[in-house]
Amino acid sequence: MQANRTLEIGTGFFVLLGFAALFFLTTQLPSSGLKFSAAKAGYHVSADFDNIGDLKVGSPVTMAGVTVGDVESIRFDSQSYKAVVGIRIDPQYKQIPDDSFASIQTQGLLGGKYIGLSPGGSDTFLKNGSHIDQTQSAIVLESLINKLFANFANKSSDQSQSGSQADESKKEEPKK
Amino acid sequence: MSNGKHGAFLLEGVRKFGSSAIFLFQLLLQCIPALGRPRLVVAQIYNAGARSLIIIMLAGLFVGMVLGLQGFTLLQRFGSEEALGSAAAIGLLKELGPVMTALLFAGRAGTALTSEIGLMRATDQLVAMEIMAVDPLRYVAAPRFIGGVVAMPLLAAIFNLVGLFGAQLVGVQLMGVDKGAFWSQMQGSVELHDVNEGIVKSLVFGVACSLIAVNEGYHAAPTAAGVGLATTRTVVASSVLTLLLDYVLTAAFL
Repeated sequence: MQANRTLEIGTGFFVLLGFAALFFLTTQLPSSGLKFSAAKAGYHVSADFDNIGDLKVGSPVTMAGVTVGDVESIRFDSQSYKAVVGIRIDPQYKQIPDDSFASIQTQGLLGGKYIGLSPGGSDTFLKNGSHIDQTQSAIVLESLINKLFANFANKSSDQSQSGSQADESKKEEPKK
Repeated sequence: MSNGKHGAFLLEGVRKFGSSAIFLFQLLLQCIPALGRPRLVVAQIYNAGARSLIIIMLAGLFVGMVLGLQGFTLLQRFGSEEALGSAAAIGLLKELGPVMTALLFAGRAGTALTSEIGLMRATDQLVAMEIMAVDPLRYVAAPRFIGGVVAMPLLAAIFNLVGLFGAQLVGVQLMGVDKGAFWSQMQGSVELHDVNEGIVKSLVFGVACSLIAVNEGYHAAPTAAGVGLATTRTVVASSVLTLLLDYVLTAAFL
């Protein structure tokens, strides 16, 4: 009987643990699904962006490279056509000027996006429910490349007349 | 002459394959009545699963830690350490978790199954059962097979979870990747079908490894050397088949 009991307890423990692991993997990891996370302390501010790139809930919010909080919520405002990002800032960082500047930046070449705060000069500080007015959107690499190519195209069309003459003279040479 | 030898060798291979297939079919037929004896099945889940828990968790922790370390040093070159979370999660969920679990399972539980059933065969216990009109397939082989099939996905899930913890331990605690970025990148890149792929893989590996272990034991030569040989074959065949099936399943899921 005693041996039977340990067997049952062991099996129950194993199966429960296994299903708990399966539950975690299927619900907590994928981007879709219900998430449980302990509410973290801190105060909440919001900021509007024209374009957030691939900023995600949970992305860090940094100041001078130090993480001071994280992105709590992202939603689309259909009135202003902007993305409203909810930011939670750790309670120990109380003295952030309320005219601070928020910009979306990229970690490294392939990394995810994060919000960088640069301090303003105001004497009043951000508090719960404040709104950050000055923002800069994410830099979308593709539009940057497009601009670059457009620039190149303009330059080459300027030089095309002198360039084409040179080309023609080169083409003629092998024939002769 | 040599042609005939090769022919016999090939024929023997085909015969083994066929006998395993027939055995699987008989085993599946006996699985339903075996479920009517839940106590036998629970005992085998305990044997195959609960007793493999320690080695699975230990292996998972270290695999995850290595993944964290290697991934970090590699990703650091491109300045995108934060992608470590998604790299570790995808690697563990889709490949390392199911495959490593299957290999460990073959070594830890598969060998125990084969030698146990093989010894029953060698000491004529299985024959004695047949004489008493007790079907050894139903009372010996089927519960062990079900136990292995049930245990494998659960073990793989635990392996994945502990592995993620290990990767987080090295990446976040030791190397200083931002914790929020680690988890948010992971959740951003892992889709539900990635998780499902891992679960399906571990189920298939569970069926393959358990079948091989039970089959080798059941058909072992009834001698001490025969049981030893059968145990060796279990490990070799399970490992090779796991890796082969892994490729096929990965290709099928793409």
